[in-house]
Amino acid sequence: MRVERCKGTRDLSPDEMTKFRLIEGVFSDCCLKGGYREIRTPTLEYLHLFTSTGTLTPGTLGKVYSFLDWDGWSGERVVLRPDATIPVARSYIDTVQNGGLTKLFYVTNIFIFEETGKETRERWQCGAELIGAGSTMADVELITLALDILKKLGLKKVELQLSHAGLIRALLAEFGLTPQEQASVFDQILDGDEAVFTKLKAKTPELGETLAPLLDPKGQSAGFLRNLKALFRRDLPEFEPALDNFIDIVDLMEALGYSYQIDIASGRGFEYYTGVIFQLFAGKERVAGGGRYDALIPLMGGREVPASGFALYLDPLIGLIKPEVIDGQLPERILIRVGDSTLETVKEGFSIATYLRDAGYAAEMNLGSQPPADIRWILDVKNEAPRFVVTDTATKKESQARTAKEVLALLGGNGDS
Amino acid sequence: MVTVKIALPKGYLLEATAALLRAADWGLEGYNQSMRNYRLESRRFPDLQAKVFNERDIPVQVAVGNYDLGICGLDWVEELSVKFSSSALVKLRNLGYGEGVVCIAASRSQPAPTIEELQVETELIRIASEYPNLAEYLALQLRLRRFSVFPLWGAAEAYPPESATLALVSYPNEQEALACGLVPVNVLLNHSAYLIANKNSWEQKDLSEIVESIDVQLPVTKGSQVKMTTTAPTEKSYQPWQVDEDTVRIALPDGHQQAHTVKLLDKAGIRVEDYPSENGNRRPGTDLKGTVIKVIRPQDMPLQVANRNFDLAITGRDWLTDHLTIFPSSPATELLDLKSGRVKMVAVVSQNVPADDIYSLRQLVAKQTIPFRVASEYVNIADKYARDNHLGMYKVVPTWGATEVFLPEDADLLIENTETGRTIARHNLKIIDTLFESTGCLIGGKGETSSPVKRERIESIVEKLRAAVEGE
Repeated sequence: MRVERCKGTRDLSPDEMTKFRLIEGVFSDCCLKGGYREIRTPTLEYLHLFTSTGTLTPGTLGKVYSFLDWDGWSGERVVLRPDATIPVARSYIDTVQNGGLTKLFYVTNIFIFEETGKETRERWQCGAELIGAGSTMADVELITLALDILKKLGLKKVELQLSHAGLIRALLAEFGLTPQEQASVFDQILDGDEAVFTKLKAKTPELGETLAPLLDPKGQSAGFLRNLKALFRRDLPEFEPALDNFIDIVDLMEALGYSYQIDIASGRGFEYYTGVIFQLFAGKERVAGGGRYDALIPLMGGREVPASGFALYLDPLIGLIKPEVIDGQLPERILIRVGDSTLETVKEGFSIATYLRDAGYAAEMNLGSQPPADIRWILDVKNEAPRFVVTDTATKKESQARTAKEVLALLGGNGDS
Repeated sequence: MVTVKIALPKGYLLEATAALLRAADWGLEGYNQSMRNYRLESRRFPDLQAKVFNERDIPVQVAVGNYDLGICGLDWVEELSVKFSSSALVKLRNLGYGEGVVCIAASRSQPAPTIEELQVETELIRIASEYPNLAEYLALQLRLRRFSVFPLWGAAEAYPPESATLALVSYPNEQEALACGLVPVNVLLNHSAYLIANKNSWEQKDLSEIVESIDVQLPVTKGSQVKMTTTAPTEKSYQPWQVDEDTVRIALPDGHQQAHTVKLLDKAGIRVEDYPSENGNRRPGTDLKGTVIKVIRPQDMPLQVANRNFDLAITGRDWLTDHLTIFPSSPATELLDLKSGRVKMVAVVSQNVPADDIYSLRQLVAKQTIPFRVASEYVNIADKYARDNHLGMYKVVPTWGATEVFLPEDADLLIENTETGRTIARHNLKIIDTLFESTGCLIGGKGETSSPVKRERIESIVEKLRAAVEGE
């Protein structure tokens, strides 16, 4: 009987895992160097962690993997975490008493049901959260951290798309929606329905026309936001605080030499965002997203602490890493063939394998099968002098060596490149 | 014509459905309330195979493709599809009878909360319902901050305000809800009987003659008005309990366990007024000092005792075992064997299966390449039984009664209770294993009661019942 893989899940092959580990390595290296510390939260959380703050849309909550635990007779459910930020915020409230600056990062999986089963229901993320800093500088630090990581991963032409949750909320209020309708439309935007503003404009054409300069163009400079500020100053002063904050952020981004696109209607993300929302695209793939969520921790019963964060989406990123980027990530491989099965020769084989591994090579004992095609070196171990013959499979050149040290010299030094 | 299979409802939709199919001249012999054979043939459509199920089982049976067509309430269709949105179901026609409203309701005895109040509530909101999926859906849509759902077999109206904050219930109309002591807070769904089809069957099979025979009987204007009952329903007692920390809360069973229970209570010298109740009163009075009583389903009692909604309950060991199988550390525990209603929990297969015990069945299952289907009302016991007996790639099909009818077409093994084994034999089935014996039992919660008065009262009731049992 053939047992199939569970629908909506994926295996990460050795090649994909190499890329996964590369992304994880670059990400954690950059985070550690930026003063972030790693955190790991449990896979299981109470459902009410995610419902209590109203922070996830009903659309998302309707797709969580929830069940009754073995002691769940109260009827309260537990979930496989559907989001990574909220558990980190919970942990922050649990453990950080003084409300000071805390910089955290994590590599984790989240679980969301996807109906067709064609996309994976278990998604991997590399995330960073900056809790306790509310400045423009903090927003820009996170955006540039995400961009720098993608650059180090060899991704070219990464596009940064910016929106602002404060501006979206102010806009929705303008369309004369009831608070319930506003919440519902905001949910649709957060669930990725960017056409929702088009529908609203069709519903109230006059207002749609007024707001067209804000919604339709894709701004590419702080000038665009200043133009909007000037245009709406008298009629819609309620846009001003969000616009000012947005302008400060893009001014600093520009000063640092980053380019971006402003698309107000692209607010995909979570309802806990209160300020800037950013998304990174490589071609059509959305590879990262984040934003400011100052209201989340107070809503969860914590102090009034500003916070922001982002996540890189590992699943699309794995597909985008070019083979040349991972070349050199793996140690060079050596196949060790033992000439005869006398104890002494086999012992010599194991001994030099350990020596070569310590020197940074992937030294594999030949266990009888055909040598793998991508193996660079073959080392034959004999029971008489010279004990070793090194074959370079690329050039077919054979060289003899008497000691392990000489073998290493023939290989050209350290196996880690 | 190719063979077409249809699942028809038992229970309250049966009469109207039978009338509709009579008008459609199907010639179904024996489709009535006193029916004993659940497999029916149609005179008009010789290739039609009809089987009668509990209404709640029908959407599942049609969705998994065991049946091409089904007739059941829209409420049960939505209960399935709200949780499993990709269910292969097509809603074909509103049949215009069996109307009702699924609404979230609070107790009439207190000012009902508004939706806005519920949305800002930070304490746990407990929702009792026979529709657990719809209840969860509603809670998420309303963005309730913290909620739990008690899935029930019935009697949801008895829960608020003491045993649950809200109940998600179905009523023919608002007066009926009010008469049971509930006040609707929010209407979730208007429902009535529907003709449904399996999506693949609908796309690939010719069901036209059968569907048309029903369709021509329906009024031309689709959709139906909810008919209001003209006679006022009987008011039932819904006064909330007057309880303090010393009060003992008892759950007594409804349904067929009532006769045993009344006999036992009489013998123990415990007077309970209006139980069993002719008009469905679920809050009978008693002469026991400091004690209040509710009448609920025995299936639901272990969970309620575990949640400290009741101190004592009279249920069956079968239901306690099912509860403890899924919640091994639950505080619900057996206090007294009432030695009544003795049944055996058995594993049952069709007479045609060449296996007489579970070991030979296991060998048969090992050769099978498709999932082995275990049907049971006791889903947790059935799951554990299949797991413990290494039944390979199995799945548990939850059922809501009349489980015998599932074999052999719609399930391969039943976990079922039986008193005499006669029903099993009549359905051409055989018992291959006995899991345990079950009798009625008194259950309570483990752990100390904070009030010594209450503890004394509980002990006194247990002793009275013990004396009554031992005196038999």
